[in-house]
Amino acid sequence: MSTLKDFTLNCPLPISDYPTVTLAHGGGGKLMHQLIEKMILPAFQSPLLETRHDGAVFELGGARLAFTTDSYVVHPLFFPGGDIGSLAINGTVNDLSMCGARPVYLSCGLILEEGLPMETLWAVVQSLKKNAEAAGVQLVTGDTKVVDRGKGDGIFINTAGVGVVEHKLTIAPASVRSGDVVLLSGDIGRHGIAIMATREGLEFESAIESDCAPLNAAVRALIEGGIEVHCLRDLTRGGLGTTLIEIAEATGLEIAIEETKIPVREDVAGACEVLGFDPLYLANEGRMIAFVPASEAGHALELLRKSPHTAGTVEIGRVAAGRNGLVTMKSRIGTTRILDMLSGEQLPRIC
Amino acid sequence: MKYQSEYRDAAAAQGFAQQIRRITTRPWTLMEICGGQTHAIVKFGLDELLPKEIELVHGPGCPVCVTPLELIDRAVQIAQRKDVIFCSFGDMLRVPGSEADLFGIKARGGDVRILYSPLDALKIARENPTKQVVFFAVGFETTAPAHAMAVYQAKQQGIENFSVLVSHVLVPPAMEAILGSESNRVQGFLAAGHVCSIMGYEEYIPIAAKYKVPIVVTGFEPLDILQGIAMCVAQLEEGRHEVENQYTRAVPEGGNRAAQHYVQQVFRVVNRKWRGIGEIGSSGLGLRPEYAEFDAELRFDVGGYTAEESPLCISGLIMQGQKKPHECSAFGKQCTPEKPLGAPMVSNEGACAAYYRYRRAELAAKEKVSQ
Repeated sequence: MSTLKDFTLNCPLPISDYPTVTLAHGGGGKLMHQLIEKMILPAFQSPLLETRHDGAVFELGGARLAFTTDSYVVHPLFFPGGDIGSLAINGTVNDLSMCGARPVYLSCGLILEEGLPMETLWAVVQSLKKNAEAAGVQLVTGDTKVVDRGKGDGIFINTAGVGVVEHKLTIAPASVRSGDVVLLSGDIGRHGIAIMATREGLEFESAIESDCAPLNAAVRALIEGGIEVHCLRDLTRGGLGTTLIEIAEATGLEIAIEETKIPVREDVAGACEVLGFDPLYLANEGRMIAFVPASEAGHALELLRKSPHTAGTVEIGRVAAGRNGLVTMKSRIGTTRILDMLSGEQLPRIC
Repeated sequence: MKYQSEYRDAAAAQGFAQQIRRITTRPWTLMEICGGQTHAIVKFGLDELLPKEIELVHGPGCPVCVTPLELIDRAVQIAQRKDVIFCSFGDMLRVPGSEADLFGIKARGGDVRILYSPLDALKIARENPTKQVVFFAVGFETTAPAHAMAVYQAKQQGIENFSVLVSHVLVPPAMEAILGSESNRVQGFLAAGHVCSIMGYEEYIPIAAKYKVPIVVTGFEPLDILQGIAMCVAQLEEGRHEVENQYTRAVPEGGNRAAQHYVQQVFRVVNRKWRGIGEIGSSGLGLRPEYAEFDAELRFDVGGYTAEESPLCISGLIMQGQKKPHECSAFGKQCTPEKPLGAPMVSNEGACAAYYRYRRAELAAKEKVSQ
């Protein structure tokens, strides 16, 4: 038996600055943030870009407008609860909504792979139409390109959107104040698990459906209800955890949440246990968090619960007095820990 | 959720914490073997519930962390080949080799796939007869049966384009290596429940007797771990050194005989190098000569490839429980999950990553106070 005399106190130098783009750069975690900070922001140097919001808000011709764009790549194209078409409409509608805007017009760019069955394309186009109608937006301009077989994943979509801001509020991290209540619009993690389950061929007793939904009606209800909304953010790739961390970092304030208040459906929690995932970092496509003054939280909660896609809204915590820019979470058993941003996508654990 | 929420009950957790406080009369140092336990401890803040006399040190039970650098390099070598589909569990992809990690190879066009089961790799091999399909067979006793079954089936079914790159390690030799070290501080062990669900706990009985150290087979939920600690402390306080089983709902004394049968049929015990620790005799598994045709090291002739690791981080000391992650001068500074100097910062189960993810603020605050 070796007595460990020959320790090689060893560790190799790491790979942090990849010479090529890796999937982790698109995972919504730290590597993606690094890419944006080190390459994108310095290249364009726009004060609007610097706000790092879901979209840009500006005055143009006397109107206050919001403008955003997003690209959609998803495998499989169709999954329980949605498809690439519903993502492409709702994702952009939600980005505009998070700026406090009323989404009005969308563009749609289709990048199609040679060999894509016409039937599949038709199904996606029908989905785009149906979801645009449901969200009350119009698709008014577009583009189509075809790439060689093997150079695309069936279909990629880019949508851009324009919305109009019809109030005087500044809905942004800079408006968040100590004491604000954090509202979460429903259970988390379903989109991530729905995609994973379809991709991996995992079967559950009943299919876990994506939460993909438009949030413009809910945001409108808040604003028309007179709520002084401080900040809104939809939870996408990096999940609730990453979104909270982004806001804590942007504001320099501490956000304190409680694990037991965060709704996770039992089947999603079960899938997470099996797959080794944390629901806090799973993707969502129809969930948002809202920061509102404590005095208006009850009213805001009531308004959101009346709106169809935010009926499950709950209070999950508050902005604390601390100025450390961290998110802390009180665990189920009463202890406290901090939430950290993941590097890239969550990776399934070995055992 | 049934069979999970019951083991995360706040009142029951406080009950065990009180019990531990009640019976503890002096300082004890315990080691949890498994990285999964380390994460549960830090994620749920279990050590906050313990009296200050009880110190938990984190063991070498993270398969990602102990896989040696040269094995990662061999994996990278194989995965770069145009004729190869390289399959792995997810968290091996970010572990840095000497020059690249598997994520980087994937980005450069390598066909690297994340799988949940080695049997899926067999399926890929059947579907891609013109490709070589390699599975990175990493882990402790827990993953060995699935790897053994994949190799066994490949032989039965004559799937010639399948092979495994084996880096299997075993828990008991690592425990003995830690206990036999002159600088050992560990007085009691929480053995890794899932390893024992395969292997049982008979092999721990002579270790407990020889080194006079209590060993409690322990699960992974907060209540499992607190109860395991309570049982271990009770033994220490009473001067006992036995093998006890906290995780009875998953672990029979003899383990899973069917799983052991396939492991023994396909693998044999060999010497293995542990990242950060060095070579430990008879501490791992390699393919038996009858299954050598499925050995990726031989098939791709990468077995002779060795790598020297640079002496920058103290992961070896951390994995033996001699240092805590935050006692490393690089922790959270030169070494972060984005820029890991050592494997324990890479893996989800690594002790350094667990500390970084859940403890950073608290550690920073303590540092401020002490300055």
